[in-house]
Amino acid sequence: MKKLFLSLILSMSPLVALAAGAAVELDHIETDISDKASLQRGVQTYMNYCMACHSLEYARYNRVATDLDIPEEIFMENLVFTDAAFGSLMENAMSYDDGADWFGAAPPDLTLVARVRSPDWLYTYLRGFYQDESRPLGVNNTVFPNVGMPHVLIELQGLCAEPPHAVSERRFDPLTGNLIIEGGCENYAVEGSMTKAEYDETIYDLVNFLEYVGEPYADERERIGWMVFAFLAVFLVIGQLLYRELWKDIH
Amino acid sequence: MSTNKPAFMQWLDQRLPVTNAYEKHMSKYYAPVNLNFWYVFGLLATLVFANQILTGIWLTMSFVPSAEDAFGSVEYIMRDVQMGWLIRYMHSTGASFFFIVVYLHMFRGIMYGSYKKPRELIWVFGMFIYLVLMAEGFMGYVLPWGQMSYWGAQVIISLFGAIPVIGDGLTEWIRGDFLISGITLNRFFALHVIALPLVLALLVVLHILALHEVGSNNPDGIDIKKHKDEQGKPLDGIPFHPYYTLGKLPMIILFLFVFCGVIFFFPEMGGYFLEHANFEPANPLKTPEHIAPTWYYGAFYSILRAVPDKLMGVIAMGAAIAILFILPWLDKSPVLSWRYKGWMSKTAIIVFALAFIMLTYLGGQPVNDLNTWLARIGAIIYFGFFLLMPIYTRMETTKPVPERVSAK
Repeated sequence: MKKLFLSLILSMSPLVALAAGAAVELDHIETDISDKASLQRGVQTYMNYCMACHSLEYARYNRVATDLDIPEEIFMENLVFTDAAFGSLMENAMSYDDGADWFGAAPPDLTLVARVRSPDWLYTYLRGFYQDESRPLGVNNTVFPNVGMPHVLIELQGLCAEPPHAVSERRFDPLTGNLIIEGGCENYAVEGSMTKAEYDETIYDLVNFLEYVGEPYADERERIGWMVFAFLAVFLVIGQLLYRELWKDIH
Repeated sequence: MSTNKPAFMQWLDQRLPVTNAYEKHMSKYYAPVNLNFWYVFGLLATLVFANQILTGIWLTMSFVPSAEDAFGSVEYIMRDVQMGWLIRYMHSTGASFFFIVVYLHMFRGIMYGSYKKPRELIWVFGMFIYLVLMAEGFMGYVLPWGQMSYWGAQVIISLFGAIPVIGDGLTEWIRGDFLISGITLNRFFALHVIALPLVLALLVVLHILALHEVGSNNPDGIDIKKHKDEQGKPLDGIPFHPYYTLGKLPMIILFLFVFCGVIFFFPEMGGYFLEHANFEPANPLKTPEHIAPTWYYGAFYSILRAVPDKLMGVIAMGAAIAILFILPWLDKSPVLSWRYKGWMSKTAIIVFALAFIMLTYLGGQPVNDLNTWLARIGAIIYFGFFLLMPIYTRMETTKPVPERVSAK
């Protein structure tokens, strides 16, 4: 019976689910879609490096510009590289078949990727590329092994010479206290224009933007939620008074 | 009495039994005075049903039931339709809450013996509601045409293929195609928005008519009609309206706090109410790593997987649902409520409830040795509760039931 009870508790613990699911430890970030500056930097990175292959076909330019406090002119001139109209969906020119031919798998639309994969997954994935000559494009990924995507941000990050560790795997020498494993990329095969910290910041902003674009109404949702709670609180007082008035004849 | 009625009501009552029906089902329907917390879930189920119908109507206005456009039209509702996200989250959250309140409503019935004579038909109609609700929830989950919609449907419909001889033909007939396709989506849409809601509404009417014919049970399991005053009003009864309608407002509002809390702050509920994989469009060429049904089918899915043989598994799952229907005839106890039943019944009910929760949880977990064995233990408890009921309810000594209801 004791064993059964123990196994019951074990089966409920998230550890078991983790062991069966994701194989790689993910770095954790707290996204903040109210940080407009971060979202602006994120959309800038997205439109420059991602949009050519990955559409955001359920989102609209004008919605993104308005939500991120970017004036229409600045947005259209600096971030939209096609002749798309301000109110149109954020589609790109790559066809599904071309994408499949060029990369082995068509680059997916990323409007909802943050809801499918989670921000932690994206944050670790985009910092998880490393050199691997056995792959057709010379790069591999710790989070998504044998992925067909090239390391598009190589000019920013550079290319890691070996698989980067998760930040949670940071280790100190127990005797000297020296750092043995820092987490993230340790040695670069190709140098990039950014420092490690700058690159992490850029990826954070990019993931933050993807989190926003997955649920652009999330801010409004929570704001209305508090108003609904306030209404219900007043309604509860009235309901309780009505209840007492009704039931005082019965008790 | 009819003299002080407005002229219009007199005119109407001569042609349609409006006042009569109002009195029979509301103001002069006497419910026991001692109904407790557990008796609110029937009312809440009605509330959620109304929510599903209303939000469903508005969703239908923008949803496109085709394999090409279904997924995109849901995102269109979420982004471009004014307050569309709210309507959709109310509907998706409502689906899960429908099952939560129905499960609690059923558990109440089991605790207080509400299924026992003379209320067998109420229970049976209720079980039909539950059965139709499962079909309704399943078909609704297919409509957004995400990965889990597609592959969940694939797994569930293929279960019918385990039936010997007719299995393959039957699955083809259900899908309307050799694979899950736009044809399947379209017919599920028709069933989800027209056929099943109509059946549900009819069953709810039957459920309530049967209830109002014999009267509500109560936590003591006492027949309040045994003691009436000179006007024929039960001494321990109070009018359903307003005491159990407006009088239940605080409970309803507390429920709305939880319901709205999920809608506005946790609409995905950690992937249990809206699964992460379902934010990816259906792709027949890419099987998701882990296919799990929505949480509310978890217990039955666990029982299915607990049996090594597919056909036997399907039979066990069917039996797990079917056995609920005959519950009124399995309970041989002379008393209704568990308050007056013996320790065996009380233990059985609690262990059964825990096993059901465990099975529900396991239904969403990947298969491994430990989970399979836990599911087997859970399945044995599940069936044991019902199959041994005629024995333990006869064996145990019950406590004497008082004549009048105890204070609240």
